[in-house]
Amino acid sequence: MYVAVKGGETAIDNAHRLLAEERRGDPDVAELELAQIDEQLGLAVDRVMTEGSLYDRRLAALAVKQARGDLVEAIFLLRAYRTTLPRFGASEPIDTAQMTIRRRISATYKDLPGGQVLGPTFDYTHRLIDFGLAEPAGERLTAEEADAGPDAAMPRVNELLESEDLMERIAPPAEDPEPFDLTREPVGFPAGRDQRLQNLARGDEGFLLALGYSTQRGFGRNHPFAGEIRMGEVTVGFVPEELGFEIELGDITVTECQMVTQFTGSREAPPQFTQGYGLAFGFCERKTMAMALVDRALRADEYGEAVEHPAQDEEFVLYHSDNVEAQGFVSHLKLPHYVDFQAELTLVRRLRADHETANRQEAAE
Amino acid sequence: MPLDDTNADPNAARKRWMSVLSRAGRDALEDAYERLDAAPGYGLLRPPETGLVMVQGRANGTGQRFNAGEMTVTRCSVRLGDGSVGHAYVAGRDRRHAELAALFDALLQDPARSADLERDVIVPLARVQQDARERTRRKSAATKVDFFTMVRGEDPA
Repeated sequence: MYVAVKGGETAIDNAHRLLAEERRGDPDVAELELAQIDEQLGLAVDRVMTEGSLYDRRLAALAVKQARGDLVEAIFLLRAYRTTLPRFGASEPIDTAQMTIRRRISATYKDLPGGQVLGPTFDYTHRLIDFGLAEPAGERLTAEEADAGPDAAMPRVNELLESEDLMERIAPPAEDPEPFDLTREPVGFPAGRDQRLQNLARGDEGFLLALGYSTQRGFGRNHPFAGEIRMGEVTVGFVPEELGFEIELGDITVTECQMVTQFTGSREAPPQFTQGYGLAFGFCERKTMAMALVDRALRADEYGEAVEHPAQDEEFVLYHSDNVEAQGFVSHLKLPHYVDFQAELTLVRRLRADHETANRQEAAE
Repeated sequence: MPLDDTNADPNAARKRWMSVLSRAGRDALEDAYERLDAAPGYGLLRPPETGLVMVQGRANGTGQRFNAGEMTVTRCSVRLGDGSVGHAYVAGRDRRHAELAALFDALLQDPARSADLERDVIVPLARVQQDARERTRRKSAATKVDFFTMVRGEDPA
């Protein structure tokens, strides 16, 4: 129960002015420009776009600035902003096989068509603090350029084993139905894979990382390989009603992870490799790997696997993955609960009195 | 990836220039507009409006569709003095970008102007976009792993 309490207006106004001053920090230090956040803190922008479920780099950079670098707060700002805009429609499904590859690796095949392209990765860095970055470099850094781009043909790794029939084939259901949309319908169970993937794509990276990790440590039945991770630009196609044909809105950067899991077979399905899937805006590799692990764990029913662990329990995962919802419910504990607490205080005092009376009687007997 | 215009799609040329215009950004189109011989008269059929498009993906890239998340898109429609109509849907929130893209879409449909505009506006912009993409691809290719195998033990005679 909440009670309207008056008298806070001036304090709130002043708190917001104080917030603005602290956000700006020392005025002798140059103010951040959005281009600096977009260009130099790009992975923060990527995470905010992914979990804010809205692709717009400058807007995400602004949210990061406004939130003083609190990414979950920035995600909340993006989610709130999107509710002010009309929906023009849905895109054609993006085709990640046609991606302009900036990174593409496979842990299952060394020599795969198109090869292993490392891209701008933290992998193989020593994770030692680079004090050279403490001062602006001044000189212009340029990456090495090869004579030509990577091979044009970059088949998805999961399609390589399909020809041997050892990889689960993943095809659209009959008539390729419109997918479930969490922005318009509440979470419902049992959830289709479309609903689960949308939920996971928006889900908190930390939550999904912990759940994915739990499946590796025995709280699930995953024995996975990163079949493929790819990152780069894909074209978004859209069919406006007034044109009636598909046009290109532009390109977006996405990361995709195909996780491959050994499956020993069941009555219905022969032994084969099964798949989990992760997709995120921008370069969010850890997020897509975690998402793919959890996606596979949530497919337990499809493979007749017992649902025994949190990562396999779709109600547990889908109800708790969204950090905007989660922080809303946790944060509401900060709101005035003065009357609630007074009621509980009275109750606890009475219980304590009863308890002491009972103890004295027991001692007297 | 530019749309393939070698097929028999009657809208192929228009799709191609629309894709170039949507990727061009405001500054490049403002430049191109400044360089037109005469400022074309046009009215806003639908003023620039920013909204959302839900981006769909497919499970594992090939399976059932799912909603991956939204993107901001700005659209605009213009009508020229001669009645021809241009449309634009461009990624992002830049209203002027959408307006100029719609204007060039209308102008490019005019057979009297299209060849000049293709040569002076679309081809150079497409080249800039292609060059940027190629540079990205070459930088990526420089990070491709060249495996070599270490041979251990004696070579059997």
